[in-house]
Amino acid sequence: MNTNGMAGARLMRWRYLKQTIFFTLVRASALLIVLALGGILFHIFYHGLSAINWEFITRPPTHSMTKGGILPAILGTIYLTVGAVAVGLPLGIASAIYLTEYAKQGRVIRLIKVGINCLAGVPSVVFGLFGLGFFVIFLGFGSSILSGSLTLGFLILPTIIGAAEEALKSVPQTFREASLSLGVSKWQTIYRIVLPNALPGILTGSILGIGRAAGETAPIMFTAAAYFTAKLPGSVFDEVMALPYHIYVLATAGTNIEATRPIQFGTVLVLVAVVLGIDLVAIVIRGYMRRNKRW
Amino acid sequence: MAANDIIQIHHVNFYYGAVRALTDISMQFEKNKVTALIGPSGCGKSTLLRLLNRMNDLIDQTRVEGEILFEGRNIYAPQVDPVEIRRKIGMVFQKPNPFPKTIYNNITYGPKLNGVPAADLPGLVEQSLRQAVLWDEVKDILDKSAMNLSGGQQQRLCIARALAMKPDVLLMDEPTSALDPISTAKIEELVEELKRHYTIIIVTHNMQQAARISDQTAFFYLGNLIEYNKTEKIFTKPDVKQTEDYITGRFG
Repeated sequence: MNTNGMAGARLMRWRYLKQTIFFTLVRASALLIVLALGGILFHIFYHGLSAINWEFITRPPTHSMTKGGILPAILGTIYLTVGAVAVGLPLGIASAIYLTEYAKQGRVIRLIKVGINCLAGVPSVVFGLFGLGFFVIFLGFGSSILSGSLTLGFLILPTIIGAAEEALKSVPQTFREASLSLGVSKWQTIYRIVLPNALPGILTGSILGIGRAAGETAPIMFTAAAYFTAKLPGSVFDEVMALPYHIYVLATAGTNIEATRPIQFGTVLVLVAVVLGIDLVAIVIRGYMRRNKRW
Repeated sequence: MAANDIIQIHHVNFYYGAVRALTDISMQFEKNKVTALIGPSGCGKSTLLRLLNRMNDLIDQTRVEGEILFEGRNIYAPQVDPVEIRRKIGMVFQKPNPFPKTIYNNITYGPKLNGVPAADLPGLVEQSLRQAVLWDEVKDILDKSAMNLSGGQQQRLCIARALAMKPDVLLMDEPTSALDPISTAKIEELVEELKRHYTIIIVTHNMQQAARISDQTAFFYLGNLIEYNKTEKIFTKPDVKQTEDYITGRFG
């Protein structure tokens, strides 16, 4: 009895110890992620903040990009991101509507869904080459905002389709039934009831895609981004500078890589700010749509 | 087959995949009468109700055999547009399901999309809400969200919304099962009132409710129509033993 009790106590102690070890590990993992994020942000701010001033965000680069600002790259990234969303959002929502509302579930649908997942796994440089071959050369759009937006639009398509599918599925079936029972057609039901109620959710998911579109380098390298151009784009057929590509150029192929370190970090800081800014716009629009939308 | 029958069902079988949910149903619904469909859960009464406005079309892999005539026309004929049928045969669901819109826009949603002129809408809203005995409670908050109403009010709003389409038939699928007794009483009074202008077919689990408000009662069991007769007869002297067992609470 006594030995049993002692063995039991030892077992309890061992189990308790195991639990403590496990909890410490998961806690450390979570902490590590926060630390990594904090570290990256601190690093960017520490090295980049000194480069930021009014001239930096309102002037084009000068002196072989070792001085001056990055305005063309800021505008280029904003154009490309907005363009990518303009391409990806309607196409993605339309695909999701087909998949969730119209298509009969079966082999074909499963195949399409596998295809979409594969698309999500394609490396971004492959999208860049596809864009080069198809939009730039075959369709003759040249290296331009249009080619870059289309390429980025396709890149973020799987994210948007996934988000839109989830959002459409979360609209209660009773809304569809109520609408149809009033002699309203299926398309009108989707357009008037399902879609408005799904839009906030669609936007939430799309924010991820927006961040990706703004930050990708490989897809725009061959399709839209200029090494250097001081002039601002006049049409969608113009080449633009873009923040991610500008960072890449300065850090690897610039005229004086060491001297431009502050500019590199400053540009990174601006890129992060632009992505957050675009996200913020999406969040505000979502908040506006969500009012009065509860069930 | 009286001339007064607005809906006639001839030898209808209905299948969910390989499972037969309704077996050889033949019955008629009389105009401007209230018909109650009763029976234990899974007996097919809701399935039958949803066949009448082709709501079962929404479910994949279902199959209908036989004919359902609405004003003499088979609503399952290939050239028939279900949207057309649903304009004439309205429905109220088990759980109140107003749209997350204002009270006003809930009522105008159907009529607007079906081409009712904008000038007629305010009058239609008042008329429909009065018919559903909700007008006095909501006339000052028409621009407020329908989601703020109580469950009973929401269900009367859904009835008003269906009435705004001026249907010939109103299908009600256990419309009071999610409501408290006071709201239930109000809806029952409403049904009494509405049958002067509409044909009402109501599925209910509440035997007293069927006895109180219906003119005809149909008893279903395991996908079969067991007995269909005047409500008074069903509840006092049913012909079939199963019916008697069910209404006296011996099974079900």
